[in-house]
Amino acid sequence: MRIELERRADSSPLFSLLSPLIAFGLTVFFGAIMFALLGKDPIEALYRFFIEPLFDIWSLHELMIKAAPLIMIAVGLTVCYRSNIWNIGAEGQFTVGAIVGSIVPVYFYEWSSPLLLPIMLVMGAAGGALYAGIPALLKNYFNTNEILTSLMLVYVAQLFLDWLVRGAWRNPQGFNFPQTRQFVDAAMLPEMVSSGRAHYGFAIAILAAFIVWFMMRFTLKGFEVNVIGQSQRAGRFAGFSSRKMVWFCFLLSGGLAGLAGISEISGALGYLQPQISPGYGFTAIIVAFLGRLNPLGAIVSGLVLALTYIGGEGVQFTLGVSDKVTRVFQGMLLFFVLSCDTLILYKVRIIFAGKSSEGKTS
Amino acid sequence: MKSLKLALAASAAVIAGFAASGAAAQEDVKACFVYVGSATDGGWTQAHDIARQQLEDTLGIETAYIENVPEGPDAERAIERMARSGCTIVFTTSFGFMEPTLKVAAKYPDVKFEHATGYKTADNVATYNSRFYEGRYISGVIAGSISESGIGGYIGSFPIPEVVMGIDAFQLGAQSVNPDFTTKVVWANTWFDPGREADAAKALIDQGVDVLAQHTDTTAPMQIAAERGIKAFGQASDMIEAGPETQLTAILDTWAPYYVKRVKAVQDGTWTSEQSWDGLKDGILSMAPYTNMPDDVKALAEETEAKIISGELKPFTGPVTLQDGTPWLAEGETADDGTLLGLNVLVEGVDGTIPSSE
Amino acid sequence: MIVEAILLTVITASTPLVLAAIGELVCERAGVLNLGVEGMMVMGAVGAFATAHATGSPYLGMLAGLATGAVFSLLFGFLTLTLVANQVATGLALTILGQGLSAMIGESLVGRAGIKMPALDIPVLSDIPFIGPLLFDQDLFFYLSIAIVAGTSWFLFKTRKGLVLRAVGDSHSSAHALGINVIGIRYLAVMFGGACAGLAGAQLSLVYTPQWTENMAAGRGWIALALVVFASWRPWGVLLGGYLFGAVTIGQLHAQAFGIAIPSQFLSALPYVVTILVLVIISQNRRMTLINTPAALGKPFVPDR
Repeated sequence: MRIELERRADSSPLFSLLSPLIAFGLTVFFGAIMFALLGKDPIEALYRFFIEPLFDIWSLHELMIKAAPLIMIAVGLTVCYRSNIWNIGAEGQFTVGAIVGSIVPVYFYEWSSPLLLPIMLVMGAAGGALYAGIPALLKNYFNTNEILTSLMLVYVAQLFLDWLVRGAWRNPQGFNFPQTRQFVDAAMLPEMVSSGRAHYGFAIAILAAFIVWFMMRFTLKGFEVNVIGQSQRAGRFAGFSSRKMVWFCFLLSGGLAGLAGISEISGALGYLQPQISPGYGFTAIIVAFLGRLNPLGAIVSGLVLALTYIGGEGVQFTLGVSDKVTRVFQGMLLFFVLSCDTLILYKVRIIFAGKSSEGKTS
Repeated sequence: MKSLKLALAASAAVIAGFAASGAAAQEDVKACFVYVGSATDGGWTQAHDIARQQLEDTLGIETAYIENVPEGPDAERAIERMARSGCTIVFTTSFGFMEPTLKVAAKYPDVKFEHATGYKTADNVATYNSRFYEGRYISGVIAGSISESGIGGYIGSFPIPEVVMGIDAFQLGAQSVNPDFTTKVVWANTWFDPGREADAAKALIDQGVDVLAQHTDTTAPMQIAAERGIKAFGQASDMIEAGPETQLTAILDTWAPYYVKRVKAVQDGTWTSEQSWDGLKDGILSMAPYTNMPDDVKALAEETEAKIISGELKPFTGPVTLQDGTPWLAEGETADDGTLLGLNVLVEGVDGTIPSSE
Repeated sequence: MIVEAILLTVITASTPLVLAAIGELVCERAGVLNLGVEGMMVMGAVGAFATAHATGSPYLGMLAGLATGAVFSLLFGFLTLTLVANQVATGLALTILGQGLSAMIGESLVGRAGIKMPALDIPVLSDIPFIGPLLFDQDLFFYLSIAIVAGTSWFLFKTRKGLVLRAVGDSHSSAHALGINVIGIRYLAVMFGGACAGLAGAQLSLVYTPQWTENMAAGRGWIALALVVFASWRPWGVLLGGYLFGAVTIGQLHAQAFGIAIPSQFLSALPYVVTILVLVIISQNRRMTLINTPAALGKPFVPDR
């Protein structure tokens, strides 16, 4: 038995819709088996995982908080990956964005002004962009592989933050604990509605997604990204500079990652500490791909991934399903989604013992 | 972890006392725990989780936990989830949970919160910590007595006051028996990375250390010490299995007595916000059996422990000189709790630096 | 002797990096970028530890680690090769799954006493002063890591099959046109990568620190990925890079113990900065990079009929 793929002339609109549903169905099926094997009621577990968080105002707020940084970073990455430029160091750009954005509230900790927040956001985005500029510069002028340099810079950024909050930026009134001063209220991103704590970070993320989507769809720049992504040679013939594209992609994705970093700090945290991200920059890579490298798709996949965190925590708390199980469940979901997306671009044939009978044609 | 449970039996007497007095629960209490690590990490978090199970067994109340909670917005969500779904008391067991705990507490005035190792309180937020340094001092006394080279090694995690306090207490204990003793410090920059901790242990041993203390959570340093034939101290849990002929003693985190006491207080309606910093005498930490040492050293260790419990001996008592030679504590002067909680200086005889202190 | 002692520590610290990186190198030479090394490593570590714990034999444990890594990598292979899913995303997902799964499997193994693989003392040679104890009194993993690097170098550049594998990585369409089974070769390469990562994980739980703890690879899988590029896809470069990285890591711990007062964060960041610098220097040589970089790296392949 073997499996053969045949490329479709065009991506199948039917399977664009159906594939996530199939993936979800498979995850639910295997998830149910897993929960049953662990001695938990599979129906209740799945309900608490996927359904309950969606019908509770509090959970919806939490969903938005968790999804905001994922979406914001992933949106920038979609542009990178579409142009075949591999920035996998968003985690580092997120961190540097948070650091640079925090310079003003840390040093001028008593200054409270309506200008403060905009300054922080701009500085955060600039910080992330500049940091992403390093791998871009190295790629353009020294021909170094950007996957590696951007990844290495993640660790450098994290250690730099660690050094700052344990040293120069440590709260003098904080008993030497590794934390900066608490930011003033004017430095905090306000909550969107009074029913919960979701802040404007989510709105910024959605806005960013729409702007980038518009750019990709309707502007020459978007066309350029796609042409260079499909073939550098074709891009050169069209007169597009791949070097400029490297700059553009890194600065854009780094800027958005930096913006996500400072939004996270000023929206949800209110101070800097050694660890500010549970791997958002890496998870966002998966979000970008689950969203099929489409900025609007990233909104959906970001929310779905956030749901797996919130739901996982829910079953952990209510049913005592350990965190390890929810992580396996999350991994399973990712695998099913990734494999089912094959159906969009390819016809899948299962061929039995040599003769070419069509098992499952789609 | 069989050995950990065994060691915790030591605190069973304390717990039994509470159980007898509180036969009937006055109020339905649900105690919830937020963990920074995995409940089965074999270190810090597991010690809390074992205490949680003992709490459940002792008082017959319902408990719940969420593990692997990152410090930040996720912590706020986990804590709030507990507060809004029926928990009456929430224990948040990592320093980084301080601000999230306070934020949630302000929204849920009827729920009690207990934050481990922090310094900020509110009407419904108490803090608790353990005087680990008392155990470190005893370790130091043992190290000073048995070390032939007169050089001890200390694997630091991060240069926070808790760890600095531990290094100083260790050195002061060792100095009390061997004035020429020095403690070499290596910062591993991790709480939990067996490989890195092993590397740090090897580096220290290669530089002449013949007794090893660790302020990180895995048994890797103990294993290396066993391999190289030197002695070592365990951390958080009894690590005797990793070094049957190596472990001198271990400082055990035994939170159960505290948890039982506080939940009882909620049941009785006597809970108030306070900053608790219990020590050996309260059973919140205890020493694993003194092993692999001569009888006279063992006797000295037991005597030191008894003196600390009775209050006769306070580890941070002058004269104490700092690393750079400036006097810190005068003869007979004792460092107050506030100073200790923000400690950022190393004492004379420590061979190492606190990184990134301006 | 402190130098010898430091070198011994460096060898133990570098061996898992070399093992994982050489596997990934073969995989990438065949044109497949598997970012799931970290996940395969922890799976190998837990498989090896559980088996050694159950059977009492570190050698069975080693084999189990190798097998666990290879089988786990098949999952990646199926998705990326058969179903042509994106390699970057699938690799990251593999790491998420591996970390969760290994933690789940190993839950009851935390804190259990491990079994350390003994050193194999090679007679006569191990008596040579200085280098004897360093090179000829090591555990099986060390010997294997050297053998695999040498074997890979020979295989890739001196055999026909190696040439075929490189051809697949350089241009899968041309290779396919020549009648080469591209997918089959890539499956083998992915499994070789998985087996090596599993072996590296086994070294962690059987030699480096004979115990099981969650996420015990602690980022070493990512470093291995970096090493492959650092080595510009040359096997002996992986060995050199692995030891350089190990030396910097261990060196900074010793520097601290000597009392050199550099903030430890800067020392910890040093290996990463050094890697970037070396990368910049070697990338200057454009011709060499071009020859050695698998041109089809990360690109999906679907045979046309």
